[in-house]
Amino acid sequence: MLESEFIASLIAASMRAGTPLLFATLGEIITERSGVLNLGLEGVMITGAMVGFYFSYVTGNPWIGILAGGFAGLLLAMVHAFFTVTLKVDQAVTGLMLVLFGLGITGFLGRGLVGEVASYLQPVKLPLLSEIPYIGTAVFSHDPLVYIGILIVPLLWFFMNKTRYGMELYAVGENPEAADTVGISVDRIRFIAVLTGGFLVGIAGAHLSLAYAKVWTDGLTAGRGWICLALVIFSGWMPQRAIFGAYLFGGLDVLSFKLQAAGLGVSYHFMRMVPYIFTILVLLFSVIREREKFGAPSALGKPYIREQKY
Amino acid sequence: MSLLLWQGGKGCNFYKLVEHYQGIEINMGNRKTKTERGWALQGENSDIILEMKNITKVFPGVVANDRVNLEVRRGEIHGLLGENGAGKTTLMSILYGLYRPDEGEIIFDGEKRVFSSPKDAIESGIGMVHQHFMLVNKMSALNNILLGYKTPGDPLLDYEWAREKIRSIIEVYGIDAELDERVINMSVGEEQRVEILKSLFRDVKLLILDEPTSVLTPIESERLFQALKRMSEKGLTVLFITHKLREALEVTDRITVLRKGRNVGTLITKRTDEKELARLMVGREIDMKIEKKRVEAGKDVLKLENVYARNDRGLMALKGISLSVREGEILGIAGVSGNGQKELEEVIIGLRPVEKGKILFNGEDITFSSVRKRTRLGISCIPENRIETGLAPSLTIEENLILRDYESFSRNGFMEFDMIEAHAEKLVEEYGIKTPSTKAPARTLSGGNIQRLIIARELSRNPLFLIASQPTRGLDIAGIDYVRRKLISLAEEGKAILLISEDLEEIVQISDRIAVIFEGEIRGIFDRENVDIDRIGLLMSGGADN
Repeated sequence: MLESEFIASLIAASMRAGTPLLFATLGEIITERSGVLNLGLEGVMITGAMVGFYFSYVTGNPWIGILAGGFAGLLLAMVHAFFTVTLKVDQAVTGLMLVLFGLGITGFLGRGLVGEVASYLQPVKLPLLSEIPYIGTAVFSHDPLVYIGILIVPLLWFFMNKTRYGMELYAVGENPEAADTVGISVDRIRFIAVLTGGFLVGIAGAHLSLAYAKVWTDGLTAGRGWICLALVIFSGWMPQRAIFGAYLFGGLDVLSFKLQAAGLGVSYHFMRMVPYIFTILVLLFSVIREREKFGAPSALGKPYIREQKY
Repeated sequence: MSLLLWQGGKGCNFYKLVEHYQGIEINMGNRKTKTERGWALQGENSDIILEMKNITKVFPGVVANDRVNLEVRRGEIHGLLGENGAGKTTLMSILYGLYRPDEGEIIFDGEKRVFSSPKDAIESGIGMVHQHFMLVNKMSALNNILLGYKTPGDPLLDYEWAREKIRSIIEVYGIDAELDERVINMSVGEEQRVEILKSLFRDVKLLILDEPTSVLTPIESERLFQALKRMSEKGLTVLFITHKLREALEVTDRITVLRKGRNVGTLITKRTDEKELARLMVGREIDMKIEKKRVEAGKDVLKLENVYARNDRGLMALKGISLSVREGEILGIAGVSGNGQKELEEVIIGLRPVEKGKILFNGEDITFSSVRKRTRLGISCIPENRIETGLAPSLTIEENLILRDYESFSRNGFMEFDMIEAHAEKLVEEYGIKTPSTKAPARTLSGGNIQRLIIARELSRNPLFLIASQPTRGLDIAGIDYVRRKLISLAEEGKAILLISEDLEEIVQISDRIAVIFEGEIRGIFDRENVDIDRIGLLMSGGADN
């Protein structure tokens, strides 16, 4: 059963399924690195998915859909940033509000889109490379966003570790007061980080509806936003580790279909549970491991107010 | 040009003040006093690097700065002296752009400036080392120094260039730090040097240091003073905020004293003394000496036998501590912080499990007793961390005052509010806690009043034994005086007191016996009669006892 062809198609599917997780995880890593927790991933992601699908459906251009999804995410992130950064409201509450809002509004506005077909992102076979047997189908025959996702990882790593902006982002998330006293505008950096994060999460959603599922259904994200929150912890807030987590979870996601198709006698419902069970295990694991705790931004979830007299 | 920085407040007599303080410099035309320290004699005005005029800042309910004037000369070490709440930090935060003044203007380096954020202040050449260090713990010293700085090739980071620049700073000023070490692994002294490097890296002309010695050991303080003197020699101006008279006298050239948000005088350090400064600072004479009557020590109240305990990181922090505290005596624990003092406090009060050994209280084994049981037996505690373990900041003063014995203020499970109120009013009166209402949340109190509240609670329950951990840290002169007197009078009543303090002077002043702790071990115990400060200092820093 475990033939090379099966493995090749499994890898291919893992990458495809893992890409939305990757975008969303990277987005949340940027957000959380600045010290802002956005629990609203699920809501932002599904809004990106619906808006992206709608724009592709109307314009016939999936790229416009992808961008529209990104901007929808950015818009919701702006709400989050306004409440948490500008007004210093509790970050968890605002995030949860976004989840409920996103799920609700997409269910409502997306009714007309259910069952419709929008033009989706076509896979691009990379010349020569895609002709390599097995590996070609597994790795080199994907839609462009998959490759873009892979490219973003080293770029983001470089940005976070090798530039002044990356260092400022880190400092703002670790000790906003220290950043403030060397003249870094904490609020501005947090705002930018939350917006950038929202944009990536929106794109993640749009990829889900325009490249992975290729349809719009109510509740399309099915908890992927929550999984990504766990993936952020799993990756220790490092983009280079996020990609492994994302592909692993993408793989678990598609494995259920693949094994089903392969005629394995395991209940479909059980297989659907696997990624979520895995999420729980990841969280348990990361609590035990000291290093993960060390990776968390120290000021995560704490609003920063300068003129605090006590 | 008059240098007398004086505020004409109500009820003050200007001429009397002038008459009184001969040390105040009235004329500053051509000065020769400082040339040996290396700054050139220049024209009158170019000598002044900073002028703050009529600075007023009002916080809700408090006037933190009331028309304060401050004049600082180029290349001097200028002390800013005042008690807690005198407005020193507020004034400096205004200068550093953290707060906006309600009124007044700042002239720095010959130009009128408005600092709306630290960025503006840094750009015009002002650096500040805050009381609580502003460092990112998980980053290396180098990254902390670089943070927010545009190296050549920005936004990329040019580490080589930065290292080169830091190296030259280290050469000039002799302030050293391990650049690649993470701040989290550093001692406070080293953290402070990183903070100073951070400012020097930005080519500051004026460096503000806010209570820089409050966390340092005597040796580290001395090292800091040397560095400050070198900076001043190289033409850098230093503004040194402190409430310690001795330090101000030791290291500064001139001193400005703030009291209750006002400038009460600027003095030349050489022409003043401790007594005059104290009087200016507090507004009344303070007897700096406290005498403890010798009380015949009675039987052992608390006894530790070979106690071992681990710290939060799981390492052994107490390694076989044996000591006893007797009726009517104060046993002082001297040592540099982080040598097991915190663990010792927690082991006795019952917050930290004992690995091995025994704790006896009046002969009863309480090694495994709960905190509540120990409290009932008569153990009281003034904890090191007042705000976090000493009280519940959002509860009212009344509620905080019954925190340890709330059960005796209830009947059939209902709180007796009249009783609680009466209790609070009595203690507020008796212990002089300054607050508009006993129903105000405890967090609205100032540091000194928080300590009074805790002392009121712990002493009013008439304990047999008291642990006082760093009881005067961060308090002003009046507060320190108050706390020490209270501890002494308690001992004179025949209670046993364990005093844990980093302030060696305090320990020597009021203890009957002194135990030196180093790396979780008691390295020596001295009687009041044969205290040898040098030997204590040696034992505190791990030196061998011959």
